[in-house]
Amino acid sequence: MKKTNVIQAWLLLLPALVLLVAFTHLPTIKTIWRSFFSIGERTDTGFVIDNYQYLWEDDVLWQVLGNSFWYLIGTVPTSIIIALTMALWVNSKLKGRSFLRLAYFTPTILPMISVANIWLFFYSPEIGLFNTVLGWFGHDGYNWLGDPEVALTSIMVMTVWKEAGFFMIFYLAALQGIRPDLYQAARLEGAGSFTILRRITLPLLMPITLFVLVNAILNAFKMVDHLFILTKGGPNNASNLLLYYIYENAFSFFDTAYASVLTVLLLLILVLLALFQFGVLERRIHYR
Amino acid sequence: MSKLSNLFMTVCAWALGIAWILPLLYAFWAAFHPAETATSFDLTAPLTLENFKTAWQQAPFLSYMINTVVITLMILIVQLVLCTLAGYALARIEFWGRGVVFALILMQLMVVPEILIVENYQTVASLGLVDTYLSVGLPYFASAFGIFLLRQTFMTVPQDLENAARIEGCSRLQIIWKVYVPLARPTYLAFALVSISYHWNNFLWPLVVTNTENSRPLTVGMAIFGAPESGVDWSIVSAGTLISISLLLVLFLIFQRQFVQSFMNSGIK
Repeated sequence: MKKTNVIQAWLLLLPALVLLVAFTHLPTIKTIWRSFFSIGERTDTGFVIDNYQYLWEDDVLWQVLGNSFWYLIGTVPTSIIIALTMALWVNSKLKGRSFLRLAYFTPTILPMISVANIWLFFYSPEIGLFNTVLGWFGHDGYNWLGDPEVALTSIMVMTVWKEAGFFMIFYLAALQGIRPDLYQAARLEGAGSFTILRRITLPLLMPITLFVLVNAILNAFKMVDHLFILTKGGPNNASNLLLYYIYENAFSFFDTAYASVLTVLLLLILVLLALFQFGVLERRIHYR
Repeated sequence: MSKLSNLFMTVCAWALGIAWILPLLYAFWAAFHPAETATSFDLTAPLTLENFKTAWQQAPFLSYMINTVVITLMILIVQLVLCTLAGYALARIEFWGRGVVFALILMQLMVVPEILIVENYQTVASLGLVDTYLSVGLPYFASAFGIFLLRQTFMTVPQDLENAARIEGCSRLQIIWKVYVPLARPTYLAFALVSISYHWNNFLWPLVVTNTENSRPLTVGMAIFGAPESGVDWSIVSAGTLISISLLLVLFLIFQRQFVQSFMNSGIK
């Protein structure tokens, strides 16, 4: 009986496992292998470290890593703070909060590509909405996507807009899980709204904040769709991000080997993120 | 004082809300107005459906839409089947190596398929599957997220129900189908909505593996259609955008409560 159980378990798992191994685990190993055993699209080179040597010499890569870093710093805290604020608003007794919840959440379900087309218009230098509005105040406006100084920030603004509503949902769920008697007790003790927020709500939202944080960081590395529409990583790589750079190397420059090296780099970052999650976060999340 | 601060908060909340749907409002404005007035915001400007007609003629939106619907549904159905079987095995059968298998599965939550496009493209190409529906779905069929979600749900089903079903003479698959699946209905709905909106919107992988309108989904089609090189104007791009999001938007407006609830549940468990 026990033996048939075990066989059945593996049979039930088989289809999912085969696909997971074929499209997650094997490719991960093959990426590492390819990064050491090929140059460009050639795979008959034997062991080489040229690709890794090139990492150091590749100025664009360092620029891309810098961009990815600023993109992370610029989008993650901002979206989390906006998401938290949204959740607090929608969870309070504001007028029209069901409409607001809908409005905040809408960007989440719309395809990045489609909405990027609309943002492309907002950002366009001559007739775009942002420059028109700035024009009313006598400002000349910016070349939002064409100016290397501004392009990455423009990308970040759109990213925050797209992400905040998604993270709001997690906060909303957490807020609804806080026991109302905690608030009643605090009110009896004479605590004001701000004290309640600082002493009760925010501490109880810590676990979900850490969860959102990890997801936001992961998304910051994963989200590049809008680059295809808005800047294509330009001007002059000013808004290029790691995953987009991988795509460029693999499918525009046909340098599969170097794309693999870059993927290894991205995988390393994700491993660090995972260690951070399991090492630091898991321990804290279970404090309740 | 409290009233004043309350008013202030309401105003801020609404300002943010309007800012958040502004792109969508603008798309509606531009799509229903001739190109000359699309950027001027003259409230008396005449309405028109011309942009939709032009957009529809300039790009094969119907094929794109059919492709998106087929791909999204195909992925969802395969995911539901595979994740149910795997989730059940992990939740209810004890066997050697279960922990390791579960950990290996969860790896996909971090190493998402988007990151492995280079190697996965090689795999799909070597199978001769480039530019097919199947190739768009393959890396997503076994969803770690789905397996995890269903495993957690199945673990809350009382063991007695399974034992009773076994005494009635049900086989393993019948037990899954008759006991576990009906009890996990809210989880299935949550997962389905998350999966549908994810794959309806997915872009990078479909861009890599599709070449023609035979398999190209809406997102990839929109990227080509909206590209400045294609020379279409804002009104027509907006009309195209609305066409591309219409089905999903209607679905979202009808099921908005479930959508929000589903995203909430799926995040927390």
